[in-house]
Amino acid sequence: MPVIVHPTAFTPGSAVLGGVLMGLSVTFTMLLLGRIAGISGITAGALPPWRKPGDIAWRFAFILGLATAPFLVLWAEGGLPERHFEGSLGWFALAGLLIGIGSRLANGCTSGHGIAGLARLSPRSFVAVAMFLVGGTGTVFLVRHVWGG
Amino acid sequence: MRILVSWALGLVFGLGLVVSGMVNPEKVRNFLDIAGAWDPSLLLVLGSAVIVTLVGYRLTSALLERPLLGDAFHFPTRREITPRLVVGALIFGVGWGLGGLCPAPAESALLVGPVEIWVFLVAMLVGMWFVEHGLPRLVRWEHHHELHH
Repeated sequence: MPVIVHPTAFTPGSAVLGGVLMGLSVTFTMLLLGRIAGISGITAGALPPWRKPGDIAWRFAFILGLATAPFLVLWAEGGLPERHFEGSLGWFALAGLLIGIGSRLANGCTSGHGIAGLARLSPRSFVAVAMFLVGGTGTVFLVRHVWGG
Repeated sequence: MRILVSWALGLVFGLGLVVSGMVNPEKVRNFLDIAGAWDPSLLLVLGSAVIVTLVGYRLTSALLERPLLGDAFHFPTRREITPRLVVGALIFGVGWGLGGLCPAPAESALLVGPVEIWVFLVAMLVGMWFVEHGLPRLVRWEHHHELHH
């Protein structure tokens, strides 16, 4: 069980820089392609059966772009930032399953609702983000402070 | 052209995730751990991304009739708060708290791993596919609505 805690430092500078980059990506995805840069929606639309053939390739390209980012950082910085994956493979499988189900039931995730939706002042997105936080903080509290004692 | 642009948009989004440290599941879980090792960085990531997008979307809508490389601005139009939205977002939140991962950071690590990422992604795709294509066969859900994000 992932009750080992690796403390991380508050990094306001890189947080704002990263957030600005993400905001620019979301903005230009609308300005150029006319699409909401919601990663779960982009991903779900790339799953078979492919009913709209002209609406598939850009999704794979966007995801490939996401996956290219670590290599650019690796090339520029010589290494990737620190990452910790605490928990068994079954634990991450359960997490992935819930993320997949939840994001499609809610029609969006931390990018579609969290960034694009809040920026549109969408009431659905405010509710979604509140529920993400309730579920997330509640789960971490149970795992780390109740279960992990 | 659209494909190359999509790739670049994904790359910028991914760079934001890597630069801000959001690719570290432990940094996300620490954000959700308000009673423990709280790291508020994610709040600044989200806040700055939302502000940039809020301004960017307004400028885009004010300056352009339609996207430069697309047919129309596909902004979501739904406003109603449904049980499906609330329950889905809660399920998402639980998965987020368990793994410290959501779709974008997980996909940005698609080509670098570790194995936890691949297990998470496969489970996530199974969950997405189930809601999009399996669930509608089991229950007549509100699936006639267009999926936006």
